[in-house]
Amino acid sequence: MENVLGIINLINEKQHLKELTAHRNVASVPFGGRYRLIDFTMSNFINADVSKVAVFPKEKYLSVMDHLGSGKEWNLDRRSGGLFILPPIHPDETVTGDMKQFHDHLSFFERAAADTVIISPGCHVCKLDFNEVLAYHKKHKADITVVYKDYVGELIEKPIYHTCSVDSDEDITDISFYTIPRPGDHVCLETFVISKSLLVNLIKSCVASGEYDFLKDAVKANLHRFTVKGYNFTGDMPFIHSIESFHSSNMNFLNPSVIRSFFGDTWDVYTKIKHEAPTKYSGSSKVTNSLIANGCVIEGTVENSILFRGVKVKKGAIIRNSIIMQKGEIEEGAIVDNTITDKEVKITSEKTVIGLKQPTVIKKADII
Amino acid sequence: MGAKKWIAMLLAGGQGSRLGELTIGLAKPAVPFGGKYRIIDFPLSNCTHSGIDTVGVLTQYQPLILNDYVGNGKAWDLDLDVGGVSVLPPYQGKEGGEWYKGTANAVYQNIHYIDNYDPEHVLILSGDHIYKMDYSKMLDYHVEKNAEATIAVIQVPWQEASRFGIMNTNEEDKITQFDEKPKFPKSNLASMGVYLFNWKKLRQYLINDEKDADSSNDFGSNIIPKMLEDRKKLYAYRFNDYWKDVGTVESLWQAHMDLLEEKPKFQLDNQDWKIFARNANHPPQYISANAEVSQSLINEGCMIHGNIEHSVLSYNVHVGYGSTIKDSVIMPNVTIGENVHIERSIIASNCVIEDGAVVGNSAVTSDITLIGENQTILNPNKKKITLN
Repeated sequence: MENVLGIINLINEKQHLKELTAHRNVASVPFGGRYRLIDFTMSNFINADVSKVAVFPKEKYLSVMDHLGSGKEWNLDRRSGGLFILPPIHPDETVTGDMKQFHDHLSFFERAAADTVIISPGCHVCKLDFNEVLAYHKKHKADITVVYKDYVGELIEKPIYHTCSVDSDEDITDISFYTIPRPGDHVCLETFVISKSLLVNLIKSCVASGEYDFLKDAVKANLHRFTVKGYNFTGDMPFIHSIESFHSSNMNFLNPSVIRSFFGDTWDVYTKIKHEAPTKYSGSSKVTNSLIANGCVIEGTVENSILFRGVKVKKGAIIRNSIIMQKGEIEEGAIVDNTITDKEVKITSEKTVIGLKQPTVIKKADII
Repeated sequence: MGAKKWIAMLLAGGQGSRLGELTIGLAKPAVPFGGKYRIIDFPLSNCTHSGIDTVGVLTQYQPLILNDYVGNGKAWDLDLDVGGVSVLPPYQGKEGGEWYKGTANAVYQNIHYIDNYDPEHVLILSGDHIYKMDYSKMLDYHVEKNAEATIAVIQVPWQEASRFGIMNTNEEDKITQFDEKPKFPKSNLASMGVYLFNWKKLRQYLINDEKDADSSNDFGSNIIPKMLEDRKKLYAYRFNDYWKDVGTVESLWQAHMDLLEEKPKFQLDNQDWKIFARNANHPPQYISANAEVSQSLINEGCMIHGNIEHSVLSYNVHVGYGSTIKDSVIMPNVTIGENVHIERSIIASNCVIEDGAVVGNSAVTSDITLIGENQTILNPNKKKITLN
């Protein structure tokens, strides 16, 4: 899709993953044993042959820049197109909204050869086929297409989602902000298709009148003026809105059919390459129902868990129902249950870490 | 372009016929190793870690997979504007062209490539060995000894010495004689197939060797003996770490088994000396509730429902319920059905082992069973269904 510009909008990230986003943005949160959340959106663009992708980070974006690098793992180290990272120009100013940051980089939009822009956040774990969304957008001659998904799952604690009302013609008739969706409510995935010229005009006019929020000031405010269509995404996608749902949506991958449907032959999820050796299982290892990345050395017991790259599990250590992120070390005799350990955490020998009701989160590089 | 201190020429054109069916469709250096790598990753990673930024890879036999694999060298940080990695197959010139006749002739035919970089030293490597070696230490030694050629050697057990090219040396490790596979070895210092030459010297020897109609144009049989005959200063550089020739099915299997020891002599996961490889993109491995895995190396993309015991599984290997894999090496993209038994075997890439099939012989005296690429192994007890 030469004529499409991909935008990964990290400006509106919510603070629902607590400790996991203490030093990184939501898009860089590790997921699924070897990925970061942004990999799924990046891969959606790559699988749709979008060859120019710009990432708009707001804050704590060191990890995302380090992770994406030149974009070569996503084949975005191109002569034409490629990967752009466009942070706020005046980082000290209070960030007023995504339209402000788009406006900071207005010339980037104006110069782009693309005639269509797809905007998506960096936090959804899904295989969303942008070619289909684009075809829908064209078929309905929409000015703006809003992708939504019907909510499934338990009652959420914090109102972090925006929901939309859709009529029988699939027109978006209203948008409500920061709601607690009930099952079946249309949760706006903050993913949009819009023509570049319309987007540029909206950026200019919104900013000129002191309005800075794309969804509120450009979409909702113009529902009566434009044809705004709702695309119902029916594919698999966990709603990650808390540490608990983050934990359970990771655990959902402990299932061969989910793994197959997510990482099938025709849809790759790309991530940064680390050159880790294959994982080594010693004579004393006992591993069941677990998802394990490369570079691990396992001498202990691992059950119903996800191990990221380079995790060491020493003899007699037991890991259950847990997520151990990159380079974690669980020493002799330690027990870890219902816990998420961030990168480079060490659980020293004979220590026990158990999440009772909710998963316990151990902060990056902590030694317990 | 400025002169380079040294460059490497990697001899990757050999068929490796002793690897049987493994090398029908690909050259020996492209044979998968260690669950994730190909043999050529070891010398290429050594070059990267030793600070060599220019490597010519000489290909001839079945080069397609190897050429594609090496690509522009970015996996080894060798994607450079000046130097980097170049794949060098035989070519036609004004005077015609010919196949590489021997290891020395292969380098001879690429004199212009080497001259381009005007290097002081040229390192000759082969693509048949598993080892981690800092060639820059060998260069220091070569310079310190003011040698015209330095040959890396490793001590092998005396009873095996007659299988190798043996260097006889004086007390200062100056090479006095080279014995190719001697019946009665006088030393147990075997050549590792790693040679470091002063380029100007080597260049002259290659040109003279080419003029000699009786020469087989080989480093071991012709160039080295000739230099010794001319009383040139050749030194043996002793290497004391793990080094394994993986030129036979047995040794390839054994090298994999070496990786599985509790404290292996050769580690793939040394963070200071990573083995770089072209990474296929696969999800993490999944070990199911029914699986048992012990003393094994398993790569990404695998899905394991059976028992894996003392084996190496490369990426995308699927093992069904009730199957057992023991003392074996499974190469990429192999699908193993349910209730399969595999023991003491190497299964090459893209094979399908159907439900209930048995592969390999458990007797330790038996040969290692090799199943070549792209084969389907059926359950012998299953009745054949004839379709009309």
